[in-house]
Amino acid sequence: MNRALPVLSLLFLLLVWEGVVRGLAIPPYVLPTPSLVLLTLWSSFGSLAVSWWFTLKISFGALGLACLGGVAIACVFALSRPLEAALLPLAVMLQVTPLVAIAPLILIYVESTTAALLTCAWVIAFFPILSNTLAGLRAVDPNLADLFRLYRATRWQRLRLLLVPGALPYFLAGLRISSGLSLIGAVTAEMVAGVAGRETGLASRILEASFRSETPKMFAALVLLVLTGVLVYSGFNALSRIALWQLYGERPKENH
Amino acid sequence: MNTRPAVVLDDVSKTFDSGLQALASVSLQAASGEFLTLLGPSGCGKSSVLKLIAGLDTPTTGSVISPATQAPGEAATAFVFQDPTLMPWANVFDNIALPLRLAGASREMMRARIAPVLATVGLTEFAGSHPAQLSGGMRMRVSLARALVTQPRVLLMDEPFAALDEITRARLNQDLLAWWIERQLTVVFVTHSVYEAVFLSQRVLVMGARPGRILEEVEITAPYPRATTFRTSLEFQQACARLTAALDRAQAGAPA
Ligand SMILES: Nc1ncnc2c1ncn2[C@@H]1O[C@H](COP(=O)(O)OP(=O)(O)OP(=O)(O)O)[C@@H](O)[C@H]1O
Ligand SMILES: [Mg+2]
Repeated sequence: MNRALPVLSLLFLLLVWEGVVRGLAIPPYVLPTPSLVLLTLWSSFGSLAVSWWFTLKISFGALGLACLGGVAIACVFALSRPLEAALLPLAVMLQVTPLVAIAPLILIYVESTTAALLTCAWVIAFFPILSNTLAGLRAVDPNLADLFRLYRATRWQRLRLLLVPGALPYFLAGLRISSGLSLIGAVTAEMVAGVAGRETGLASRILEASFRSETPKMFAALVLLVLTGVLVYSGFNALSRIALWQLYGERPKENH
Repeated sequence: MNTRPAVVLDDVSKTFDSGLQALASVSLQAASGEFLTLLGPSGCGKSSVLKLIAGLDTPTTGSVISPATQAPGEAATAFVFQDPTLMPWANVFDNIALPLRLAGASREMMRARIAPVLATVGLTEFAGSHPAQLSGGMRMRVSLARALVTQPRVLLMDEPFAALDEITRARLNQDLLAWWIERQLTVVFVTHSVYEAVFLSQRVLVMGARPGRILEEVEITAPYPRATTFRTSLEFQQACARLTAALDRAQAGAPA
């Protein structure tokens, strides 16, 4: 029942939308009906899918790099408090500055558009991973750490058996947030970049359609974007839930 | 039980980097196979003494002789904290296996060593359970099993049962005495409870605070094995009275 509720309310809204637009005879370039949006999505799926794939590649690429960068920086900070004190404010500044404000600069400095888009998406996606992973590394039970010392654990054992599993839930929480952010970053950066280059993403389709007043196509691209965002988020949500089940055994598990 | 000392602290003082002097001129000996208890008000340096014995900290002045400081890497010392200090991501088996794994033991070796310890603490059926699935008393048993699995000579216990209910605590006190006798352990036990100190120990050192030091020594001469009837005996009550008086004198000397 709880799962059906959001679906039902969404369906209801769409029906109202459809009814109002038809009833008031609103022209499609002002507000298309949901059914027209769906039809447009279907008819222009070929070109949209190519753009969709590009946007997906940028955001997953940025997310991957954000994982690498976020975790690496978190490890460095965890090892050295002075480095954290010196550099964390920089990361925070990067995080609080609106992406649209930095994107033009990045587009100037980074030659390749693809690389520039990746950089933009990375800039907003890496911080949640960095701060969460750092919190996880810092949250290690000091008594447990003492125990590792008492039994003469090597650095590698400490990392593998204590720090990684301890920080994993924090990292996963950061990853969930960043998965959504990297998509936002990829789209925002492309909006700022404007329509350019051989390969373009969904943002370019939206801009293009807006120039031509193809409102239904704008909606179609938007629908694709929203669906992608929801799918990516719930995908990572499920992934981290499964990982935590496996690790923490919240669900009874047969073993040994 | 011979009288060769297993642990010797000679005129030990400890001043932390903060400038706080936690211990002043502490000298104590624990004979091999002795059950020694440290009793004193909060903040008098009991945990600090245990950490020094475990080699987890070094004295500012004076010397500490114990298996951990003399022959490190032998895992002859085990430490039990007030919290079970388990790895929540690992099941009971893997938690108990930790000291063996850190010493590079094979999986077969772990199985062979862990089975009897699991039986000792009565958790054989729970080898595959995760800490989140166990009661507080069971978690403490896992913690004890992990301490016993390396067959240590010296067992350091820092208020291990303080967070448990009265019934569980009495059971574990009983079990601990059985294991102590069976394995000829040297136990240095820290508690806030006069009753627990009297029930368990051969000798109790009463500590005072600011700076932490040993003020009195009380011998508990009652023979082992001590049954639950010991708790209601006149001898027990007299020992408690003596210890309480010593504790009062210690507190009076160092106002809290
Ligand atoms: N790493 C540290 N750095 C600075 N001060 C410390 C450190 N560890 C302990 N202390 C201080 O040393 C004093 C003794 O601490 P300790 O933990 O040994 O006391 P305790 O007798 O175990 O107290 P409790 O009964 O509350 O556990 C306390 O005042 C404590 O604040
Ligand atoms: Mg303490």
